[in-house]
Amino acid sequence: MSASSAFNDEKGGSSSVGEPEYGHDPASGGIFSSDYKRHDDLKEMLDSNKDALKLEAMKRIVAMIARGKNASDLFPAVVKNVACKNIEVKKLVYVYLVRYAEEQQDLALLSISTFQRGLKDPNQLIRASALRVLSSIRVTIIVPIMMLAIKEAASDMSPYVRKTAAHAIPKLYSLDPEQKDQLIEVIEKLLADKTTLVAGSVVMAFEEVCPERIDLIHKNYRKLCNLLIDVEEWGQVVIINMLTRYARTQFLNPNINESLLEEGGGGDKTFYCSDEDEDEDEEKEKQAEVSALAKRKPYVMDPDHRLLLRNTKPLLQSRNAAVVMAVAQLYFHLAPKAEVGVIAKALVRLLRSHSEVQFVVLQNVATMTIKRRGMFEPYLKSFYIRSTDPTQIKILKLEVLTNLANETNISTILREFQTYIKSMDKDFVAATIQAIGRCATNIGEVRDTCLNGLVQLLSNRDELVVAESVVVIKKLLQMQPEKHSDIIKHMAKLTDNIQVPMARASILWLIGEYCEHVPKIAPDVLRKMAKSFTNEEDIVKLQIINLAAKLYLTNSKQTKLLTQYVLNLAKYDQNYDIRDRARFIRQLIVPTEKSGALSKYAKKLFLALKPAPVLESPFKDRDHFQLGSLSHLLNAKAGGYQELPDWPESAPDPSVRNVEVPEWTKCSSREKRKEKKVEKPFYSDSEGESGPTESADSEPDTGSGSESVSVSVESGSPSDSEESEESSESDEDEEEEEKEKKKKKKEIKQMQASESEQSSEDDRKRDRKIKEQKSNSESESDEDSESESSQSESSDTESEVEVKKKKKVSEPKPPSKPLKKEKKEMSLLDLDDFEPTPSPQVTPVNTFLSNSLVTDLEGLSLSDSVLSPATIAPSSALKNYELLHRITGEGLSVEYCFSRQAFSPDANMVAVQMHFTNNATSDTKNLHIEDVKLQSGMRVKEFAEIELLPAGEATTAVMGVDFCDSTQAANFQLCTHTRKFFVSIQPPVGELMRPVFLTENEFKKEQSQLMGMNEISENLTLDAKCRNEHAIVQRVTTAANLSRVPCGSDKECSPAAPPPPPPHPHPVYRFAGKTVTSGSLVLATVATKDEGAAQLTVNCEKMVIGTMLVKDLLLALTQ
Amino acid sequence: MIHSLFLVNASGDIFLEKHWKSVVSRSVCDYFFEAQERATEPENVPPVISTPHHYLISVLRHRIYFVAVIQSEVPPLFVIEFLHRVVDTFQDYFGVCTEAAIKDNVVVVYELLEEMLDNGFPLATESNILKELIKPPTILRTMVNTITGSTNVGEQLPTGQLSVVPWRRTGVKYTNNEAYFDVVEEIDAIIDKSGSTITAEIQGVIDACVKLTGMPDLTLSFMNPRLLDDVSFHPCVRFKRWEAERILSFIPPDGNFRLLSYHVSSQNLVAIPVYVKHNITFREGSSQGRFDLTLGPKQTMGKAVEAVLVSSQLPRGVLNANLNPSQGTYTFDPVTKLLTWDVGKINPQKLPSLKGTMSLQAGASKPDENPTINIQLKIQQMAISGLKVNRLDMYGEKYKPFKGIKYMTKAGKFQVRT
Repeated sequence: MSASSAFNDEKGGSSSVGEPEYGHDPASGGIFSSDYKRHDDLKEMLDSNKDALKLEAMKRIVAMIARGKNASDLFPAVVKNVACKNIEVKKLVYVYLVRYAEEQQDLALLSISTFQRGLKDPNQLIRASALRVLSSIRVTIIVPIMMLAIKEAASDMSPYVRKTAAHAIPKLYSLDPEQKDQLIEVIEKLLADKTTLVAGSVVMAFEEVCPERIDLIHKNYRKLCNLLIDVEEWGQVVIINMLTRYARTQFLNPNINESLLEEGGGGDKTFYCSDEDEDEDEEKEKQAEVSALAKRKPYVMDPDHRLLLRNTKPLLQSRNAAVVMAVAQLYFHLAPKAEVGVIAKALVRLLRSHSEVQFVVLQNVATMTIKRRGMFEPYLKSFYIRSTDPTQIKILKLEVLTNLANETNISTILREFQTYIKSMDKDFVAATIQAIGRCATNIGEVRDTCLNGLVQLLSNRDELVVAESVVVIKKLLQMQPEKHSDIIKHMAKLTDNIQVPMARASILWLIGEYCEHVPKIAPDVLRKMAKSFTNEEDIVKLQIINLAAKLYLTNSKQTKLLTQYVLNLAKYDQNYDIRDRARFIRQLIVPTEKSGALSKYAKKLFLALKPAPVLESPFKDRDHFQLGSLSHLLNAKAGGYQELPDWPESAPDPSVRNVEVPEWTKCSSREKRKEKKVEKPFYSDSEGESGPTESADSEPDTGSGSESVSVSVESGSPSDSEESEESSESDEDEEEEEKEKKKKKKEIKQMQASESEQSSEDDRKRDRKIKEQKSNSESESDEDSESESSQSESSDTESEVEVKKKKKVSEPKPPSKPLKKEKKEMSLLDLDDFEPTPSPQVTPVNTFLSNSLVTDLEGLSLSDSVLSPATIAPSSALKNYELLHRITGEGLSVEYCFSRQAFSPDANMVAVQMHFTNNATSDTKNLHIEDVKLQSGMRVKEFAEIELLPAGEATTAVMGVDFCDSTQAANFQLCTHTRKFFVSIQPPVGELMRPVFLTENEFKKEQSQLMGMNEISENLTLDAKCRNEHAIVQRVTTAANLSRVPCGSDKECSPAAPPPPPPHPHPVYRFAGKTVTSGSLVLATVATKDEGAAQLTVNCEKMVIGTMLVKDLLLALTQ
Repeated sequence: MIHSLFLVNASGDIFLEKHWKSVVSRSVCDYFFEAQERATEPENVPPVISTPHHYLISVLRHRIYFVAVIQSEVPPLFVIEFLHRVVDTFQDYFGVCTEAAIKDNVVVVYELLEEMLDNGFPLATESNILKELIKPPTILRTMVNTITGSTNVGEQLPTGQLSVVPWRRTGVKYTNNEAYFDVVEEIDAIIDKSGSTITAEIQGVIDACVKLTGMPDLTLSFMNPRLLDDVSFHPCVRFKRWEAERILSFIPPDGNFRLLSYHVSSQNLVAIPVYVKHNITFREGSSQGRFDLTLGPKQTMGKAVEAVLVSSQLPRGVLNANLNPSQGTYTFDPVTKLLTWDVGKINPQKLPSLKGTMSLQAGASKPDENPTINIQLKIQQMAISGLKVNRLDMYGEKYKPFKGIKYMTKAGKFQVRT
């Protein structure tokens, strides 16, 4: 029966109707012994309506899978339940699906749509789990779907979903390595993520997919170092191992000076190298100067190198052995000699752990002790062996003890060894004897003591012990044979008793080698051996021949016949090796007529002085493998092992690690599970797990306390006390920040100093330079920045210097047709790919046109509405915000408004018009901006310095800010010649977009693609004064920079229509725009209903923007 | 990372398998069985075995081998540590981690493994998060489940994974709020024949059982924190605060957890609580051996030494032992040659002793080594290093919790060579 059931199992999907089919043999049915049944029964249960039955069936199926039984023929019945409401059934179906989908590819496709739906779910956890299962299904057909899903999830606003996306990357890669390039893009994007949740997973993906792309790490290096302590423990291991490799390629060997000093001459080269290190922190402008100063300085560690060492050190305290080991290997490979010592204590602590952990740790300690013996010397006693240790642990401890032995501690170690020799564990005893031998060879002082001890062991009752001793003694004797002929004699006697072949062979070799020292005994030994020749083991026979040959050469008189007898015996031996040897030796030593020239040298051949063997640790030179790795443990390269590179001769350019916001100080500590945003110390809410794409943390200007984004709600949960502690403990951090601030200030001052000397033409150059620098320091993939810099250059060259100082002319719309087309493509891409990249593809067209026009139309103020249809709302009602009050500004008051005009130097920036009024009695000079503090990704284009603002006068200036589609404030200092004022500009969400012209049809089409979680709608009651078309349009366009969509045939909506009475069919007002930075579409719809009721719908793929916009519009329409 | 997991019992049967990537045939375990056969003792199976296409990394706990199949380079400790975490989780869920318990709860086991690893990379290993996802089976719940058909899988979503304190469940509620801390110290020592200490160290842990409502923030301070030489923390402990002030400050996980483990440096003198007088002799040629053992308290600071258990692996030549304990009971297993003597409490007035003879194999030569003696003991209400908790404070919640601290000293790897 078992055969038939196996047969049925193999058949898989075929649901046989004929014979009753038994899924498993009853004998092993222990798990569900109560009712084991046929698969038909399970199918019935799965088809039933009752969840309880389904669950029971699924449990039984999972139990079958767990035992390795084939349950694949149930696939069709199971896969139906993938959309089951019961959560446990669902989970078990997932388990089943992931297990069998590979075998049943076609049927598995049935389940895909369920997951695709799940990917759009508003709940982040459901999105994540859908992605998890979808990516675990190994069906090649769905690779494109997985790719899309991963890309989309990588820019999800929930860090948990992004983490899942990172997990999915290696899954897809193993399914289809062709996708590598695309996956690298996603990895690059996720590497820039700032949340601890994502960091570990994405580095893991990096290691599996593209470990060779070390260049992707540059930008994220400091961030990873800083986040490290807060990453979950498994992620820490992966990150630390990766950073070890990274550091080996980027920094200089910290021990290089020592080795050079020892050699006695530090060449120019080292000095040159250290220069580069020095420069690390300096700005580029100062580089040349500083490097000149730094000449002739000794090695200084790169601050980034130091950062890594400093931030990993606390992790030695981790409870996770893998983390401790990872840090230990990092220190071993990267730290200066003097600092490596700290890891010893932690490693010794791990020896208390499970024996498997001990095993691995001891292997690594053994390797370390060879290079850095001093490190573990204080812990010598921790390696003492207990009789209860498993043998493999004992042997490893022995290895460590041997490595640690030196002149001072050898006596204690030998005393300890003495107790080990008496152990009942004979393998261990043998290893101990070898260890003694190694100690004896390494430490000359104790050689005699050891030898005597070993000789005593020769009288041991246990044969293994004696044999091992003989082998070791043989090696030791080779070092100084003259002294020890009595030992050799003693050993010769042993041949009668010892049966272990290796030992017998060793004795024979010894006697042969030193036959001159024992001239009387040697021939007698040969005589005995000749007698027993036929019964010996091969290895012994070879040594008998060897002995015979040597004796023949030295003492042929006595041994000639014996030798010939032995050789004759050997001639007919079964082993061809022995026959060969015998023939060879006969030719060589017995002089005949035919014997060639070689026989003359026979004596030289056999009795040459043999070098003493070096007893080496098997762990020697293992450290060329990265410690803690599998390859190191096996002493063989494992698949996927990344070589630990050698230190570079000279350090690569350290500035590649510079990021835009250098204030990434070490803000993390265990206290703060959240990142601290240095730039925004006031908003406690802003600390949160804000990812790169989301920026929901800061509240909109209107300041309602509640936030609608789930993540930020979550982050608000920690107790108050934590907050207070943070402040007390972040002192240190703040100090550091302070320092950095000062540094920055200094730099800027210097820049200014140079600046004031230069003419305004130089200004332009400098601007460009800064831009370039910025774009350099942004991640390379950030096409935004690239296009921006190139574009800014073009604008610089094309336009005159003044252009950017003046109020910007909004670009007249290029003919709307081509633009529209482009836009449509873009939004499609956006939906599918969810990449911010499309925007630069669009904007350059836009700005290129505008730039050329800007020069011509300079000074003219054209609003968007000019070229767009007349329905576009007037943008006249600009709201003014106060930047600096007259009193705090000591007479200087500044107001700003969002001019809603394109900022021509950079289309991705929002133009901010500042109005300066000098109410003081004295003149204000040198008005300019300093110390700009921004969230990463944000950029600011400062207005040109205002040289003089006479008392009582007023002036305006325009600056551009790229808010990155977030409502984060841009903080900076407004400086006059005497004072500095901290100010910040925070944009209302409505200002983060620019109007876009769409027809109604286009609008509807776009809208239909932004459904689901990208759509937010709200019911409201319109304000009494706001029930006519004009008022609604007015209020919406005031609140947000959107343009009205003309409503084609709808007469009521035409601008000419008389406003007062509510039109018969309730009119719908549509507004369109796109975000300034990423160019995502923002669609707003106000559908009026009876009696002032209305529904407001906003569609935007940036959900954060959408949510906030809804809030703002709601406020505008109801008040 | 981890490709598959096989659970192998003592008799060499694979009773559970789980694959996270494509399926690896269970025949890969043959290499493991080979190594198992080669090893004389179960714990001598090498933890890492290299096979032509895979690497097997295994741990042995509760007489079950957990064999993980690896395909490419990964830090071996990473896998080992994870496997131990799996065992700890099982133990946490089922009370014991035996073959029977795993078989009985095979579905829960599967669900757990599914959550703990994603594509072979650890996902959720905090027991608090797991318990939110999958409720541990209790007798009551099993009964209710069979009647009502409800499930073990948590209805709510694992919000814990998103939390800033991933180790703590949200919305914890207790009627009695209590926090207990056990300071347990173990003495590892090797005492030589003459009774002098070769090496002695103290390893301590602080295990906590915290059942507090809400999000309490605790601080624990010591009278003499300088004693602690090397510490490792639960991830909840704020490291900076410890560095600066030597105060443990943390938001505790819910339930049982190990807050801290520490090491008292071997440079300090370690008080050895008991001494052993022994006289174990074998005479050449005679088939009798003498066995004489007396225990006495040494440095116990006036506390009673309890639960003393002496065990010794006698040489292979010993056939039987005929001994007479002054108190407690002894057993001798003629097969494994393991002698155990359950002494109980040591009475300083009347020292416990075990005397008698051992019969040896006739004609066999005298064993060349005397057996080592392993001792287990307990001393209540004392930490042998002298470590004392100063105070425990709670912030962040309004109620007054009940706090308790218990000290205990145990013998760890305490060996006397004879």
